[in-house]
This record gives sequence, C-alpha cells and structure tokens, in this order.
Amino acid sequence: MKPFSYEQAASPAAAAAAVASRPGAKFIAGGTNLLDLMKFQIETPTHLVDVRRLDLNRIEDTSDGGLRIGALVTNTELASHPRVKRDYGVVSRAIVAGATGQLRNKATTAGNLLQRNRCPYFYETDLPCNKRRPGSGCSAIGGVSRSLAVIGTSQHCIAQNPGDMAVALRVLDATVETVRPDGTTRAIPIGDFHLLPGESPEIEHPLVPGELVTAVSLPKPPGGTHHYHKVRDRASYAFAIVSVAAVLQKDGSGRVAFGSVAPRPWRIEAAEALLPRGPAAVVETAFAGARPTPENAFKIPLAERTLALVVAEGRA
Amino acid sequence: MKFATPAGENPIDRLTVVGQPLRRIDGARKVSGTAPYAYERHDAVTDPAYGWIVGATIARGRVKRIDVAAALRAPGVLAALTTLDFGAFKPGFRTTLHLFGGAEIRHYHQAIALVVAETFEQARAAAHLISAEYESASPRCDLAREASNAEPTADRDGPDYPVVDRIGDFEAAFAAAPVTLDERYTTPDHTHAMMEPHATTAAWQGDKLTIWTSAQVVSWHRDSLAAALGIAKENLRVEAPFIGGGFGAKLLMRADALLASLGARVTRRPVKLTLQRPLIANGGTRRAGTIQRIRLGATRDGRLTAIGHHSLNGNLEGAFAEAAIAPTRLMYGAPNRDLSMTLATLDLAEGNDMRAPGEAPGLMAFEIAMDELAEKLGIDPVELRIRNDTQVDPRSPRRRFSGRHLVECLQVGAERFGWSRRHPAPGSMRDGRWLIGMGMAAGFRLNLLVPSGARIRLERDGRLTVETDMTDIGTGTYTILAQTAAEMMGVPADRVTVRLGDSSFPQSAGSGGQFGANNATSGLYAACLTLRDAVSARLGLDPGTAEFAGGDVISGDRRVPLAQAAEGGALVGDDQITYGDLDKEFVQATFGSQFAEIAVDQFTGEMRVRRMLAVIDAGRVLNPLTARSQAIGAMTMGVGSALMEALAVDKRYGFFVNHDLGGYEVPVHADIPRQDVVFLDHPDPVSSPMKAKGIGEIGLCGVAAAIANAVYNATGIRVRDYPITLDKLLDKMPRAA
Repeated sequence: MKPFSYEQAASPAAAAAAVASRPGAKFIAGGTNLLDLMKFQIETPTHLVDVRRLDLNRIEDTSDGGLRIGALVTNTELASHPRVKRDYGVVSRAIVAGATGQLRNKATTAGNLLQRNRCPYFYETDLPCNKRRPGSGCSAIGGVSRSLAVIGTSQHCIAQNPGDMAVALRVLDATVETVRPDGTTRAIPIGDFHLLPGESPEIEHPLVPGELVTAVSLPKPPGGTHHYHKVRDRASYAFAIVSVAAVLQKDGSGRVAFGSVAPRPWRIEAAEALLPRGPAAVVETAFAGARPTPENAFKIPLAERTLALVVAEGRA
Repeated sequence: MKFATPAGENPIDRLTVVGQPLRRIDGARKVSGTAPYAYERHDAVTDPAYGWIVGATIARGRVKRIDVAAALRAPGVLAALTTLDFGAFKPGFRTTLHLFGGAEIRHYHQAIALVVAETFEQARAAAHLISAEYESASPRCDLAREASNAEPTADRDGPDYPVVDRIGDFEAAFAAAPVTLDERYTTPDHTHAMMEPHATTAAWQGDKLTIWTSAQVVSWHRDSLAAALGIAKENLRVEAPFIGGGFGAKLLMRADALLASLGARVTRRPVKLTLQRPLIANGGTRRAGTIQRIRLGATRDGRLTAIGHHSLNGNLEGAFAEAAIAPTRLMYGAPNRDLSMTLATLDLAEGNDMRAPGEAPGLMAFEIAMDELAEKLGIDPVELRIRNDTQVDPRSPRRRFSGRHLVECLQVGAERFGWSRRHPAPGSMRDGRWLIGMGMAAGFRLNLLVPSGARIRLERDGRLTVETDMTDIGTGTYTILAQTAAEMMGVPADRVTVRLGDSSFPQSAGSGGQFGANNATSGLYAACLTLRDAVSARLGLDPGTAEFAGGDVISGDRRVPLAQAAEGGALVGDDQITYGDLDKEFVQATFGSQFAEIAVDQFTGEMRVRRMLAVIDAGRVLNPLTARSQAIGAMTMGVGSALMEALAVDKRYGFFVNHDLGGYEVPVHADIPRQDVVFLDHPDPVSSPMKAKGIGEIGLCGVAAAIANAVYNATGIRVRDYPITLDKLLDKMPRAA
C-alpha cells in the first residue's frame, strides 16, 4: 500500500470538488474492494476522501411510486428493506446471493456498482493487464479464463463484471444519480453506467473525475415475479459463473439480465422480448456474436439452462 | 519402552478417561483469542521488525540482477536481502527444494528477496520497489504433455516394493477376464489451504536462535533450519504450541522460517513474517495432480482376477511421486497385479505431502473404477467390495492385517445410510427439480509407527505436567494427551497440564501421516509407566501390583494419595515408545466406508451434497468428540476434492492463477450437509499399548469417489476428471423444462 492522505467530506458537492482538485484522489465508502486493491498496489490513490459521514444513507419513496436508494445504504440495509423485499424482490435476492454477511454490512450501494472486476490477471501485478496498465496487453486472453466474459469483450480485455446487485438493478431500469465537481447533477441510466472495454478497458464507467454517485433510483415497481438465480461452484461466498435476474409477468413476457457473462450486466431488450418463445430463443439472441474461450463456452448453454430454471420457477 | 509384542491388558483398558468424549482442553483459549500463534507472539517478542518476501515472477531460469536500492531508501526499511547474496541453502527434510540462495529459479514465486522494515505496511510497500531481471526458460507445467518424458519411479514411502510391482501374470489374466474395465482418471493439483498461513517469528541471542513457528513436526523444522543455517541443533529452539491447520503443508520448513532467521540476524532484531497466500500456493508444496490408468479384470460373480494401476505424476527434479498406487497394493485381493508409477519433471511448486498422500488421489480414481466395474457386473457396489476383501497382504499372503474390519464398515454403512433405498439405475431418483444420487466408496490408509517421547512430572501439589514436542494442529492432541496421563495415573483429566510444541521437550512423532495421536499417546504411556514406578518406589509400594485410581495409589491393603509421592519433590517419568517388527509382521492399516447422497439441479447441473456418512475402523477411539471432528473435517475436505478444489495452472507462465483463498475454492458451511460418523472402535493390540490407530486421514480416503459415484447415480454421467464441476455435466445432461 502506498502512503496516502485522508479527509472526511462535509457534503457531496465538497467531496466531488475535493477529489476533482487532487490528482490521484479517490472516494472511499465501505472500502471492501478498494482497500484490497490498495494492498496489492493495483489502486494507488494518493488521497482518500471518505464519504461515509454524508447524508446519503436513506431509502425514500419517490413521487412517481418508485424508490430512491442513497449511495451509502449498505447492502444489508437495502436487501432487508420492507419495500425492496415487497416490490423489488430481485434486488434483495441478488444482494443476499453475494459476498458474506460481514461484507454486506460494510458494502454500500454505490461502492457495489463501482466494484472492479475479478479477473485473476487483473490481480497479477507482474503480468500485463490493460485495465491496470493501459496498453500493456491482456494476459487473460490465452490464459485461465473459465470465469471470464463470453460477450461484450474486446481484443484488449475479457474481464467480466462479477456483481450481483447490478444485474438486478439492470432489469429494474434503475438510474444512477450523481453530483459533479461543479455541483451540477445528472442521472445515468444503469444500462449506460458500465462501459464495454473496447479500445480502453481501463475506463469502466462514464463518471468524470470527482463525480460522486449520490443515489440509485428505481422506477415504480414492475410487478410480476422476481427471480435471481446465481450459479456457482460452491453454495456461498463465491462469484457467479452465470447469474440470471428476471422479472416475469403472467402473460409470459418479462425482463431478463445475465450476470458474470459480460463486462456489464447483460440485458438485451430484443432478446427478452422473445421470452414467450422460450429460453433458447432469448439466449440465442442475447448471446449472438459471443466470443467465448474454450474454457468458458459452457456459460452460454448454462445461461440458457439457468433462464429455463427461472422461467420454470415463474410458472410454479 | 520398546513395543515388540502385542499389548495385553493395561491401565488404558479401564477407559475411565480415555475413550470418553472430553471437550478439547485448549478450546477456551482458542475461541477467546488467547492461544498464541506464531505470528502473534506478543508475549514472547516485543518490538519485532516485519519481513516481507518477494517471489520470483518466472517459473524456470535464473535471476540475473535484483535491484534493492529503492527499497532500501523507503521509509522504515531496515534491510533488503536477496537470493544473490547467498549460496543455496540446504534443502530441509523430505524436500528437494532449496528455499533461498543462488540464482537458480525452479518454480514461480520462489523467494528471491526479503525486506525487513519497522512495520508490516512499510515492508510490504518497499517490496514493491524491488525489481529483478531474469533469464527465463519455458516452464514445463503440463503433465499430459510431459508424459512422454516421464520415467518409472519408486514409491518414496514404500522403498521395499519394486518399481514395477507385479504379482502373477496381469496381462494374461486381464486378457482372459470375462468382465474388464480400462479407464483413465485425472486428479488435479491441490493446495492445503489451511487457515493459518506459514508464519515465523525469529530472534537471536548471540549464536542462539529461537523461532516461534507453525510446524507440524517440531524436530523436522529444527533439524532442517539448523542444517540450512549451519548452526548446531542445540543452538536452535523451536516453539510451536498452537497451529492453525497444516494438512501436510507444515511438515516441512518453508521460506518463512529461513528468511525470518536471516532477517533477524542481519537486522539484530526479532523479525516476524508470514508467507503471502500466492507464495504458499506457488512456492509451498502441493498435492501433485495425477493421470491414472486403471485396468480391472473380474469373474462374472465379481471376483477381481487382475488389477492394473498406473499413475503418472509430475514434480521438480529430484522430488518424489505422489504414490497414488499405494492403497491399491493392499485394498483388495486379486492374484494378478501390475502397479507402477512414472514421474515427469514439472517446474511447479514441489509436489509433497498433503493429507492422506497417495491414498487420497489414488482412491479418488480407484474407487470410481470399482463403481464402474460393479455396474458392468450388475453387482451392488457395496457387495463387490465385500467380495474382494482380503485379510492378507496380496504380495505376502502370510502377512495378515493386524485388524481389518472393512467388511463391517461397508455393512454398517449400508445399513445406517439406507443404501437399500438407492436405485441402481442412474437418473431414476428425483426430488422436484433435483436429480438424486447415492454413491459410496471404501477407504484405506496405512497406520504408521513412529518413535515418540514424552515427559510427565508429578508436581508437589499433586498436579501432573506433560511435556513433549508433539503438536496440536487443531486435532485435539492436547486433550488426548491429558486423557492418557489421567488414565495412567488415576486422576481426573483436569489435574493434567499439557505443554506441547517446544523443541526443548522430549522429541515426539509430531503431527502428520495420521501418526500423531497413536504414537504420541503411546510415548506418554511409556513415560507414565516410568513415573508410576517412581511413585511406587517413593511410596514404598510394590510397582508390580500398584494400581492408580481415584487419585490414589493402591497396593494390597494400602491406599495412598498420589500427591503424597511428590511431597518431597516432584517426580518425573521420561521415556519414549519405540517399535519392534509388528508392522512388518502384520499390515497395520485403517479402513472406512464413505456414503454420500447428492442432488444435481437438472437445469443448471449445480451439485449439492445432501448427507454423508463415514464408518471408520481405526482401532481404539481415544476421544469420540475430537475423533469425530477429525472425520467430519476430512469429509469436508473430500467434498472440496470432489466438487471444486483444483489449482489452475497458467501453462504459459507456470504459476497457479487461483493462488489465494478467493480463487481456490474450498467448501463453505453452506456446502456441508448433515455428516454422520460411526467408529467401529475395535482396539488393535498390535498397533501400540494404546491399541489406537491413525484417524486424521482415513476420513478423507474415498470421500471424493463416493461423491463422484453419487453424481453418476444421479445423472448417468461418469466424470473421471476431478473436480466434478457443472461444466463437465452440462453437455451430457438432457435439457430440462
């Protein structure tokens, strides 16, 4: 870990300004990912702006019947909130499928959205990685890749987004609210929040330096049955191999997003429109153009099978 | 005491304390955080400096240059040593690999430098400033590819066996057998994944060195480190009173002990350091992966006529093979046998001991083969094993097993598990969306006899103190030693203090190879006999008739409190157990049956073990609570072997990619279902005066195969490559709806 300075922010705008004004500055909230990365010197911030004292930890109803989740609401609080459990069950299910109780107590909503990838080569600081050292190359291509992405990748990066909560937020059409260093705010649709690697895998989201996530908003409840099925090699405390978040309606329509298959939660609206025709049709469209490795090609049939399981659950 | 003839009746047979379910006497210290571990010896060492090891980033080649200048300028840094500053240090006991010194790199993450700093964070940060230049060669790390370069190899722990172990005429019998099987199985590399990493705190006083370390066998560490440093054994004190798991990883001295000692010598400060997880996976030892070919020939009524077992293995030059064929030598009868191993050179972490070395991977394969054969024969898998039981060593039929109750293990297991409810046709049992399968396997592991010493002192206050360099690696050694002393001296166990893991105490067997409990308690038994004689002499009682019970010594009509013997000063019994030829005359081994029920999601192929049962024949059970813990821990490890554990090697660079506990998945609580353990508890008078046998490894033997066989029963898919992950099932599973 490199030495760093530290301050506590007084307001969201002040926090944004503090990070923007110092090169190498970063926000810290729960720290469940950042601190690990700092120990490996994968992240080397020179200054940390601690946002935990900010008043961003409430869950409130919105005027249009939706829900606004403060950026600092912990995973535990969010998953156990009565309205979330009642109206947005896919979020609760996704969150409790992830990490451990201890981590969920510390991890925040915004921090979870911004967690970095879990590609083993991202952590192997002696080897090339375009996310860690832009332009150095991708060691994962041609390496051990069972857990990595099968679609949305580029020749520069095949890391997957390993999150659970973000997959659920994606099917709910959540919006990420931010404040920029100049005090202005904006709302970013969740579908635009995680970027594909393309030519610049190191750029993972559209935030400008210092831009702080303040909340995540959910539109009014979509109804239907809510599902999150996470497939993994062991029953708990493991990243997904494939996950499926779905909201299914009685008429056979619904929304579907896949986790751990792509650099972002993978939802293709044209594919989910095929739900009435069955999981195979959905997956065929959702994964059209996929470029899996020999080690992770099984993720595509697994995605179909997992969706079939979810659809069967929805019918039951 | 030399144990050369089978034990007769002795004081242990009273079983007033031994054999009772005493809770572990060190438990309160462990759960309250007051048991001192090697990295936390705040009680012994104040103001230590911190070490951090830099590992090589090539797997094979030479270090040309290491630049430590920037690290030396970093805040708090006291020293930076490199491997180029030293000649190669002598490898330790049972290992071929030197841990430091010289330019040669033989595996990834081999220690090339040590930073010592005032704080842990300073040492770690400075380590990032060290750069190295290498001359690297392409690493050999693909076992299948290196197969053509493999050479026939002997069994390190079975030196009396021929390299190619043939009995009868295998080829002819196999060719003539009406029912045959010929399959290939693979087991992957495993890492021990113990909770506590290797760690050492080292301090010099003049030319005397003390290390507080995490060691399974204190004397092996002492001898290895003394030899590496070139100091007299007497000048090295090793303390390892508490160990957070080892599973074989801590049998051998690792770089932490050597480098902490070097760092302390250079900085003239106590130095503590721990091995980072990546350095443990890549630079510690591993259970080496195998590629096994098994050929079985049988009569139609299920009698094995031919057993062929070949295992290919890879290791560093000069290192030994994982003896996967070892259990096959003694498990089942068959007149024609052909067993052999070949060893290729691989530039990976040294393959070496991990819980049930040889037996675990051997049975992972062999016990699937038996399941396959049973199906071909149309014979129940339990029955097939019963029909092929042997009470003698197939190589030397006059050599009998000292006690072998494998058939009883199988029968009791089948009965308790409800095996009769299993449907032999695969895929025919369901529970909702889950496919249900039951599987079983037999287990086998040798019982090893190792000399072991102990000292017991009757204190003036009537308490007893036991001292031995024996270790408790989480197994319950403290407790069973207290029970042994209490039984022998006729007092309650709470009158006994047990002190372990100090090289200044009498040398013991140590913990490993499931030889710890039986030998260490036997060594203490011997010491207690000596103390009993001293007590009788002091009290003027006839040692031939004196009984020790209820806190008293009783002889004829005299009954004297034991404590009275020490009123004039403490009395000491100090002895060791050594063994005659009973293990040559008899095969001494432990046996088990493993049963598992698994559910396989017919949609996703996810596998969840639903219940497990082990029935174990391991002689007398010294403490049913700690013994059960050993067994269920081993069964848990077996679930890992079956379903998830594998070191994934990057063949381009020659390192294990999943080199920490995040990437190397072992079972978590949610993976582990109801586990039942039955001990047959047949005391074995041939094994030792305790009549106990090893218990730490038999619980693992056969577990993975039982689960593999259950997966087959559930799905009809036979996976012969461990671990059985869902991707190996999916393309063969029908589409669910």
